[in-house]
Amino acid sequence: MTTTAEAPPRQQEILEAAVIRFAGDSGDGMQITGNQFTNTAALFGNDLATFPDYPAEIRAPAGTLPGVSGFQVHFGAREINTPGDSVDALIAMNPAALKVNLPDLKTSAILIVNIDNFKDIDLRKAQVKMNPLEDHSLDGYRLFPVELTKLTRAALRDVGLDTRSQDRCKNFFALGMCYWLFSRTLEATERWLDEKFGSKPVLAEANKLALKAGYAYCGATEAFQVRYEVPPAHLPPGVYRNLSGNVALSLGFVAASRKSGRPLFLGSYPITPASDILHALAPLKEFGVVTFQAEDEIAAITAAIGASYTGSLALTATSGPGMALKAEALGLATIVELPLVVVNVQRGGPSTGLPTKTEQADLFQALFGRNSEAPLPVLAASSPGDCFWVALEASRLALKYMLPVIVLTDGYLANGAEPWRIPELDDLGEIPVTLRTEIEGFEPYARDPKTLARPWAVPGTPGLEHRVGGLEKQDGSGNVSYDALNHERMVRLRAAKVEALTADIPDVVPAGDPDGDLLVVGWGSTHGGITAALRPVRQAGHRVGHVHLRHLNPLPPNLGAVLKRYRQVLVPELNLGQLAWVLRAKYLVDTVSYCKVQGKPFKQSELKARMEEILAEGKGR
Amino acid sequence: MTTSATLPVYKKKDFQSDQDVRWCPGCGDYAILSAVQSVFPELGVPKEKFVVVSGIGCSSRFPYYMNTFGFHTIHGRAPALATGIKIARPDLEVWLATGDGDALSIGGNHTIHMLRRNVGIKVLLFNNRIYGLTKGQYSPTSELGKRAKSTPYGSLDRPFQPLSLALGAEATFVARSVDIFQPHLKTVLRKAAAHTGSAFVEVLQNCNIFNDGAWETLTEKGLRDEHTIVLEHGSPLVFGKERDKGIRLNGLDLEVVKLEGGVSEGDLLVHDERNPNPAYAFLLSRMDADLGFPTPIGVLRAVDAPCYEEDIAEQMRAVTEKKGEGDLAALLHAGDTWEVK
Repeated sequence: MTTTAEAPPRQQEILEAAVIRFAGDSGDGMQITGNQFTNTAALFGNDLATFPDYPAEIRAPAGTLPGVSGFQVHFGAREINTPGDSVDALIAMNPAALKVNLPDLKTSAILIVNIDNFKDIDLRKAQVKMNPLEDHSLDGYRLFPVELTKLTRAALRDVGLDTRSQDRCKNFFALGMCYWLFSRTLEATERWLDEKFGSKPVLAEANKLALKAGYAYCGATEAFQVRYEVPPAHLPPGVYRNLSGNVALSLGFVAASRKSGRPLFLGSYPITPASDILHALAPLKEFGVVTFQAEDEIAAITAAIGASYTGSLALTATSGPGMALKAEALGLATIVELPLVVVNVQRGGPSTGLPTKTEQADLFQALFGRNSEAPLPVLAASSPGDCFWVALEASRLALKYMLPVIVLTDGYLANGAEPWRIPELDDLGEIPVTLRTEIEGFEPYARDPKTLARPWAVPGTPGLEHRVGGLEKQDGSGNVSYDALNHERMVRLRAAKVEALTADIPDVVPAGDPDGDLLVVGWGSTHGGITAALRPVRQAGHRVGHVHLRHLNPLPPNLGAVLKRYRQVLVPELNLGQLAWVLRAKYLVDTVSYCKVQGKPFKQSELKARMEEILAEGKGR
Repeated sequence: MTTSATLPVYKKKDFQSDQDVRWCPGCGDYAILSAVQSVFPELGVPKEKFVVVSGIGCSSRFPYYMNTFGFHTIHGRAPALATGIKIARPDLEVWLATGDGDALSIGGNHTIHMLRRNVGIKVLLFNNRIYGLTKGQYSPTSELGKRAKSTPYGSLDRPFQPLSLALGAEATFVARSVDIFQPHLKTVLRKAAAHTGSAFVEVLQNCNIFNDGAWETLTEKGLRDEHTIVLEHGSPLVFGKERDKGIRLNGLDLEVVKLEGGVSEGDLLVHDERNPNPAYAFLLSRMDADLGFPTPIGVLRAVDAPCYEEDIAEQMRAVTEKKGEGDLAALLHAGDTWEVK
């Protein structure tokens, strides 16, 4: 590569949006590469959505199909709702990555391939018989075969790193190429490298060199005739940052702690894909946040109940299998009526299932997964940024009504990222909390007439010594009672308390048409996909509405009436029809389920096709 | 004790709740309840700072009978819930009532991890070697071959020695007493209260319904002095009605010797509850009646070690001092941000 050569003239093409996917071995740093590209796109002002897709094994055998790790970014000059159905540009670091990801490529997509990893042994590891670079199977794509490993080594010749360390920089060479291709600057990533390798400047230097070399390579070689530009999106005014669902959720709880004046306590046991909540909260000691990595899931929730008993805003975060272990303790929290937020970052199941893949199949578990009558409020977040607001809302409800609240997110929301408009502190609302100190007239199970909440009388308060526990309580005094009628009264009171929450739940207002041919009802992470699919269907002249439920128990007060304003109701879910089951049971409405259980989100095209199908069927009726 | 000028003078009845005690008549739990209610007033702790936590089982009804803050939790989980209480509020005086099934079977994991972390919780393990509340199944401390409802031909699982288990889990305070040895039990409770960190007290307790005479050989008046040895820090290990026997170290084993012939007290082990090497306390915990040893009662081990809740608070203080009080607006704006106008 020479610096004196005149850069050849290029064609500049403006795109409204693009989908890029980085794919390689799980040791190739594809998640970092994708995150860096995302961050740079966000800082540039694009709207975006991401989809990290990585294997459950930390380092599956190198070069094999199960070891492929991918990161997809959809960025645009317009509103972006999903990570994109198909890929405009794929960076494939080896044959396995190429083989796994090729089916998702658009016709004539850009395909950058590291040909240094296409030796016979690499092809065998990927179970590829013919070299795809030679058998014309890639003819339909704009293929750029690049000696990524060799070029990276050449760029780092003088840095003083061994070959192995040099090779670990090749993802930044690839990133540099993508920055050139999409007309991006390198600053944000360079800054990040300086911070990340602060104590090892040689590594920061090497990665920056690789990044620059990749950028310069595209500029110098005539193979790249077109450069693309994706202008900034027109987002609502404000200050933005890019963040993932797990980080957003964690920030929401810190905000709730501040707004309620209650110290935050997280009891947690490491589990994919929820562990990042523990990682995000553990450093925040200056916010008075206590994180307790417990010996197991049960200890995590019971320690949180202990902290709640003493006046903390208590939280436990897990995924489905951990949720199953917490069920008994959740019943305890229900009967002792203490505030608690339980987060389930759903993943594919049952049992260990698909730990790193997304699913929405724990709705029944959240609604019903406890012995006896133990209804609880259930909330779901609809986008990575929405996780912040749901955390805040769940904390507010738990503290106001003195009960456990379940929050459902999923692997896709937890790891996916989007630009998030940072709220002003005044926009967060207040969370008033009163601890009981008055001795006169104190009864542990006396209730607020509106919310039915019992008083929060924490240990250390003189004169309020009392006992709570898992045995049935006498209404008012809270003493142990085996009285038959008291038991029924208490069961009904606990249910009525959950129903009382309805006062805090706003009516749903359908997006799109307020009545008509079809209502699409969704919850959780399907929000983006449904929103994106609705647009063309409505543009085609159909009257279609979209209700996305944040409150899954209790349901919004006007939902029953809204369901009846449309001729048909479609419920897309990443399960076998759990919300549809609830809606049918509760409202006697004939819903149609659209189910997908593949560990992946819906594609916009799938949702659109299903809506069109239903609308066509509906016409015939 | 006069730790605070304003602290009211408490009496035993101040710690008795208004609830009817519903253990079987003759149950050893009454004696333990009485001892605790007698000792709490002496501890110099405001009544509202006591929290008594329990799991499930006969012993775990304990909090209902104490006029303090109390939490009757779920089976086996009391150590974890109590850990949450103590971490969130280190100023509280947290006591835990549990049984051999609750603490060592379903809650075994939480018990060892609480002890490993050295959380400042005082644990009373009521050991009657049987499941009482579920009406008579063998427990993890039942002797091998125990005939119970679930083991009509005798149990086949080898029991835990609770104190060995606690020592293996790095417990910093390990003691044993007996329900009906009231003065001794109260002394042990006072020592447990004075310990910072986890204090693990096994109380040998009789279940007169499902396992009557569980500890008869120790407790019967005529046999007591022969079958128990009272541990006193700094004193030689002597026992027997005539104080004519003792415990001597022989290689890596303990042995019972008669104080006669050439053997004198000077040859015996001198009890050192502060011995930093847990192997010593472990040897004591292995003294088995079936091998002809007296059962040691008293404090086997009491060593100083950092306790978890204080370390957590200290780390929080240090980080806050370094970084300054958390600024929520700054946290929300952390990392790369951009403005859309």
